[in-house]
Amino acid sequence: MKNFSYARPTSIHQAIELAATSDVTILAGGTELLNWARIGIAEPSKLVDITGVEGLEGIEELPNGVVRIGALTKLNDVALHPVIRKSYPVLSTSILKAASAQIRNLATIGGNPLQRVRCPYFRADEPTPCNKRTPRSGCAALHGLNEKHAIFGWTEDCVAVQPSDPAAALAALDAVFVTQSRQGGRRIPATTFHTLPSENPTAHNVLQQGEVIAWIELGEAAPKSAYLKIRERESYEFATVSAAVALEMEGPVIHRARIALGSVAMRPWRLVETEGRLAGLRSDSPEIMLAVKAGFADAKPLAMNRYKIQLAQNTAVRAIEMAAQA
Amino acid sequence: MDDPQKTRKEFSRRTLLKGGAIAAVSGLSGMSEAIAPAAAADSPFVSHANITLVINGVSRRVEVEPRSTLLDVLRERLYLTGTKKGCNRGECGACTIHLDGRRVNGCLVLAIAADGKKIETIEGLANGDQLHPMQQAFIDQDAFQCGYCTSGQIMSAVACVAEGHTGSNSEIREWMSGNICRCSAYPQIVAAVNAVAKRNA
Repeated sequence: MKNFSYARPTSIHQAIELAATSDVTILAGGTELLNWARIGIAEPSKLVDITGVEGLEGIEELPNGVVRIGALTKLNDVALHPVIRKSYPVLSTSILKAASAQIRNLATIGGNPLQRVRCPYFRADEPTPCNKRTPRSGCAALHGLNEKHAIFGWTEDCVAVQPSDPAAALAALDAVFVTQSRQGGRRIPATTFHTLPSENPTAHNVLQQGEVIAWIELGEAAPKSAYLKIRERESYEFATVSAAVALEMEGPVIHRARIALGSVAMRPWRLVETEGRLAGLRSDSPEIMLAVKAGFADAKPLAMNRYKIQLAQNTAVRAIEMAAQA
Repeated sequence: MDDPQKTRKEFSRRTLLKGGAIAAVSGLSGMSEAIAPAAAADSPFVSHANITLVINGVSRRVEVEPRSTLLDVLRERLYLTGTKKGCNRGECGACTIHLDGRRVNGCLVLAIAADGKKIETIEGLANGDQLHPMQQAFIDQDAFQCGYCTSGQIMSAVACVAEGHTGSNSEIREWMSGNICRCSAYPQIVAAVNAVAKRNA
C-alpha cells in the first residue's frame, strides 16, 4: 500500500471542507478502501477519516415517522437495533447475511452501498480489460467468466452487478440517502443511487467528489418484509441472487408490494411490473409466479448465467411468501 | 526433548533482537520526515503520528505512518505476534482482535485511526499461567491442527460467547463464519464454543 496523509475531522462542517479537495478520499469503516489500496483499485493520496465526526452514528425516530440512521452506524448496530428488527426486518436480515461478524463491527451503513463490484476482472491483481478499472479498456467479462454477472440493465461496456445486500433492502424500502457537501447536500433515492452502465459504465454510484453520506432515512415501517439471499455456501459469501420484499397486507391479500432483487444488475433491481400485478392477489395465490415472471420481460442472460433468471424468479416468490408470513 | 519454556524464551529473544534492528533502521529513515513534517503547519493532514494504543491494559506509544494497519503495528512494531496475518484482506479472520471490546479484523483497521483505543489480543487472554476458559476449551476439544487460525478463532469465540450468539450449533457456525480454518476443525471449534457458553449459562 502506498503511503498517504491522514486527517481526522470532528465535525461534519470540517469533514465536507476537507472532502471538497479533488485528491481527497473519505475513510469510514475502511473494510473496502484498504483493500482497494492494496489491490491498486484506488491510490488515495489524502485520507479524511470521518469516523470521529459527531452526530453521524446512531438511530433516531423522528416525529414525522421517519427513521434516520447515521451513516457511521456500524452494520451490526443497525441490524440488531430493536426498531430495525421490529419495523424493517428486511434491512436487519440483509445486514446479518452480509460479510462476517468482525467486518460488520467495522463497516458502516453509509459505506456498505459504496462497495464496488466483485467482478474478478475488476478486482484482478494483473491488468485486464475493465471499463470500471481503466475507462475505455473494454469488458473482459462480456465474453469471459460471467456466471455471477448481470441479467438486467447491462451493456457491452459493463456486465457486473452491485453486490450489496443492504442496498437491495434499502431500495425495496424506498430509503433516501441524505448527503452533505459544500454545495449543501442532496436527497438521493436508494433506487437510483447506483449507476447503470447505460448511464455511465465507469461509475459505481452517483456520489460526487466532496459529497459525504450523512444519514439514511427510512419511510413508513415495513414489518411484513423479508430478505432471501441465495449463495454457494450458507454464510460469509456474496449473493448469487437475493430478493428484498416489503408487503402491505389486508388480511391474506397483498395491498402493496415492493421488490428489489440484489446481485442481478448494477443497481438493486425493482420489479416494477411485478409489484403492480401483485396488488390484489392472495399471498398464496399460484398467480404470484406469473406476476414475478412478468417482471422479467427485460431480463437478458449472458453466456454463462442463464440459470440466474429462474433462480431469481424462485427467490422472489419465496421471499414474497416469507414477507407475507413475517 | 527441548524444554518448551526455554525454547520459547530463546525464540522471543531472537525475535526481539531482529525486530530491534529493524526498528532502529526504520527509526533512522523516519527521522528526516519527523524533522520536516510533510504537512504544512496549518494543514490538518499528517504523514506520520505518535499514537497511543491501550493493549491488553497496557498503554503503548508508537510512531506510525497512516498506511500502517493495526495488525502490522501489533506484530512488527510491538512484537505481539500472537495475532496472525493470513489473507491481509479481511477474508480469513486470523487477525481477529477486540477493538474497544468488539471483535474486528486487525488488517482492516489503520493503526492511526485506533489512536487512544483499547485493544485486546490473544496475549491478553490468559491470567498468568492460567489459560482463559476458551483457550482451555480449544485444547480440551482438540479444536485445531496447524494452529495458524487459532488465535483469531479464540478471539472471535470469546466475543461470540459474550455477544450471546451461542443458542445452537448453527447459530455458532453463522457467527463464527468470519474465521476460516483450512484444517477444517469446525466441529471441534463449535464444540469448544459450546462448552464455554454452557459453562457460562
